[in-house]
Amino acid sequence: MLEKTGIATKEMFEKMLPSAERRKRGPYVVIECYEQIPCNPCVTSCAAHAVTMKDINDLPKCNHDVCTGCTLCVSICPGLACFVIDETVGNGKIKITLPYEMSPLPEKGNVVDALGRDGSVVGKAEVVRVNSGKKLDRTSVITVLVDDDLIYDVRSIAVR
Amino acid sequence: MKFSDILIVGGGPAGMSAALAAADEGVRITIMDRWDELGGQLIKQTHRFFGSEKEHAGTRGIEIVKILREDIAKNPLIEVKCNTDVLGIYSDRVIAYEEDRLYHRMTADKIIICTGAAEKMLQFENNDLPGVYGAGAVQTLMNVYGIQPGQKVLMIGAGNIGLIVTYQLLQAGVDVAAIVEAAPVIGGYKVHASKVRRLGVPIYTKTTVKTALGDKYVTGAVLADVDDKFEIIPGTEREIEVDTICLSVGLAPLGELISQAGAEIRYIPQLGGFIPKRSESMETSAPGIYVAGDVSCIEEATAAMIEGSIAGLSAAIATGMNRPEAIEKRDEYIEELRVLRSGNTGKKIRDGLAML
Ligand SMILES: Cc1cc2nc3c(=O)[nH]c(=O)nc-3n(C[C@H](O)[C@H](O)[C@H](O)COP(=O)(O)OP(=O)(O)OC[C@H]3O[C@@H](n4cnc5c(N)ncnc54)[C@H](O)[C@@H]3O)c2cc1C
Ligand code: SF4
Ligand code: SF4
Repeated sequence: MLEKTGIATKEMFEKMLPSAERRKRGPYVVIECYEQIPCNPCVTSCAAHAVTMKDINDLPKCNHDVCTGCTLCVSICPGLACFVIDETVGNGKIKITLPYEMSPLPEKGNVVDALGRDGSVVGKAEVVRVNSGKKLDRTSVITVLVDDDLIYDVRSIAVR
Repeated sequence: MKFSDILIVGGGPAGMSAALAAADEGVRITIMDRWDELGGQLIKQTHRFFGSEKEHAGTRGIEIVKILREDIAKNPLIEVKCNTDVLGIYSDRVIAYEEDRLYHRMTADKIIICTGAAEKMLQFENNDLPGVYGAGAVQTLMNVYGIQPGQKVLMIGAGNIGLIVTYQLLQAGVDVAAIVEAAPVIGGYKVHASKVRRLGVPIYTKTTVKTALGDKYVTGAVLADVDDKFEIIPGTEREIEVDTICLSVGLAPLGELISQAGAEIRYIPQLGGFIPKRSESMETSAPGIYVAGDVSCIEEATAAMIEGSIAGLSAAIATGMNRPEAIEKRDEYIEELRVLRSGNTGKKIRDGLAML
């Protein structure tokens, strides 16, 4: 599937999730990088040393006990493959933090279209945080609030 | 006649890294590029690079250029000649070049050729219509000159370049109708494929472009399915409305100067076509002529920079600057390159190098 369509399946995604207990504890990263490629900024950028690799061609491996969900890797990963999910919000909602390199940027409080893995509109997303500081070098890090059943689906937004 | 210890032809990531590595050993270098500034392919690469963080991965190509250019500008041993086209390298190591439209000659003790690669063309009906572009041209128009190539693009080829240029088109506000790929699977990195998919661009594998439609310029294209032998399956043709067709079907090394210098060339499809035979230290079969980067094997910028460093150090060592530290440093780069190519994606390169 992934190699023909560019879309990772739900099973692939679920394997990347931490334990049920860790998911209840606070934000955590999901590294959706399923193919061995010679690449390592996720490892070298993580201040908590949560991500490791045997060598540069290995798949990144995350120790979720160490990951603080700080979102540093979200902007640095050249594959835009790191997402931070926070399931502690309640009210049937979760927060997803994603990298965004399109213009215009949304503003905090905007309600925008939530896009699925094939670009189709899968629901609404409320923008709760926009981080586009200079240090991020034009990869903004956006946190949106979406329905919790969209945990696998939402991977981008459309600001129209 | 002008003389330099080392002449470097081509100022892309390979050439710039070669210059810096060699200058570190105290030799005098001249680096020439036909473009009006150093940088090669990197000047249009606005995306963050994958690869090793040591070679600036996670940084945008355009930022990597700035870092390398600054280091070169600071180094008094490196002479930079832009707008300078190298025309010929003769067996007595006389180099002919055109600078500011004047013909000159020089000599050098060692020569490192880092001329990069050219885009391949694809055969299909009407492929000479205005609106059919190479991906490199589209990238240059958008990212160097700020010009949109069209409104609605059909991308041919789902390798890394096709995927990344699609992403950059979307960033520039251009609609991409589809990416078509003749192979059964996406050739580029899946992270890049996922990136364009989630912005709504479909990828059709086992599909090709049969015809470009339009009288004076592109107004559409005929797509068709292909079988396992890449032959069009009759009856599967369908039309798609686009005003631009962007080809990203591979690169071929620009190796003319290497042949002219008398080095042995072999045809190795896995490495991109006609490739110079060379040693681990990046020296060709013509003594004193070194190569690095896409001209020696189509790969990516991390590999080009490491190869450049190896070639630069090797050439400097060969001029007599053979400090043990220099040899040690070169061996470290050789090992780094080996590790970089040791994974799944490096298999094609390893197979190709074994044939060389
Ligand atoms: C769209 C795209 C995306 C890419 N993305 C990535 C990525 O994310 N990560 C990555 O690692 N790599 C990436 N690459 C690959 C990378 O850009 C190349 O592998 C790298 O630029 C090769 O470096 P080079 O120095 O060998 O050649 P080039 O960068 O092509 O430089 C060659 C230089 O030689 C000059 N030249 C040629 N002939 C002559 C002559 N006769 N006289 C004088 N000058 C001459 C040219 O003007 C040019 O400046 C990408 C490439 C493209 C096209
Ligand atoms: S979210 Fe922060 S702590 Fe977790 S892996 Fe990414 S950089 Fe490391
Ligand atoms: S930085 Fe991103 S693309 Fe590179 S290995 Fe890590 S997760 Fe994968």
